[in-house]
Amino acid sequence: MSAAWATVAALAVGTAAIKAAGPVALGGRALPAPLERLVALLAPSLIAALVIVQTFSSDGKLVVDARVAGLAAATGAIALRRSTIEIVLVAAAVTAAVRALS
Amino acid sequence: MQRGIRAALPLVPPTFAIGVSFGVLAAPVMGSVAAIVMSAIVFAGSAQFAALSVLGAGGTAAAAVGAGLLLNARFLPMGIAAAPATRGGRLRRAAEGQTVVDASWALAADEQGRFDREILIGGAVPQFAGWVGGTIVGALAGSAIGNPETLGLDAMFPAFYLSLLAGELRSGDARLAAAIAAAIALVLIPFVPPGVPVLAAGLAALTGVLRRRRVAA
Repeated sequence: MSAAWATVAALAVGTAAIKAAGPVALGGRALPAPLERLVALLAPSLIAALVIVQTFSSDGKLVVDARVAGLAAATGAIALRRSTIEIVLVAAAVTAAVRALS
Repeated sequence: MQRGIRAALPLVPPTFAIGVSFGVLAAPVMGSVAAIVMSAIVFAGSAQFAALSVLGAGGTAAAAVGAGLLLNARFLPMGIAAAPATRGGRLRRAAEGQTVVDASWALAADEQGRFDREILIGGAVPQFAGWVGGTIVGALAGSAIGNPETLGLDAMFPAFYLSLLAGELRSGDARLAAAIAAAIALVLIPFVPPGVPVLAAGLAALTGVLRRRRVAA
């Protein structure tokens, strides 16, 4: 098996196992109380981290580029209560414009 | 399920476009069939790019898998959080757990940390279609649609998550956790391998447990 296919197979199996672990181990049981409080804050924590990583990282490096302007525009659109599609389109348009100008 | 599908639609264009990029970059390194199969059965963009960059640089399969799994490690806490929303026996729960991707998970979460099963499963559908469809086009037809970065498509992902985050920040606890998580991720980016900043930022969720404990004491 080539390195490529070995990578595909192992990564698929490993990823499936990671995703299955929680649902299989916990079943339908409610989470224990301390874990429930932790889980309640997991969404804002991980989503905030995704925003930061997808805005400020590139190939594992910390960068400030046109995406920051796009996110600033998106923040404005969110404050104005625009729809999700408008928010992402504003972010793309501003990012593209800043890239074109720089 | 339709609610989840509809909610995830805004991410289809960038997911498709980044899928095309993946196909274009992966086909010469891995072969076009392996690239397409990878998108269909791994179904995790950042992990696939990480594994691809290791292989492209002449690294071993083990190193490529390690880099990819590190990026996917966040699905462990995400899967634990979403576990109560899955149904059926072990096999079915394991299968439903596969629908946990960033977009579906973030869409399905409510402020109390409960997950909407329909949105979780439905939200993964457009992501899968866009990602695999894009990879097929990129791997077989090449980069006819141009560089997604020129169009600013890469900024659509953080903008989408920011819009979801806004709905999660109604409590002071959530705002504190998000601020700490953002700071952890930002500080770690230059120093640790990709995947670790998001994973480590999840520790910010502990603030809720610690604060409650202090109040109780």
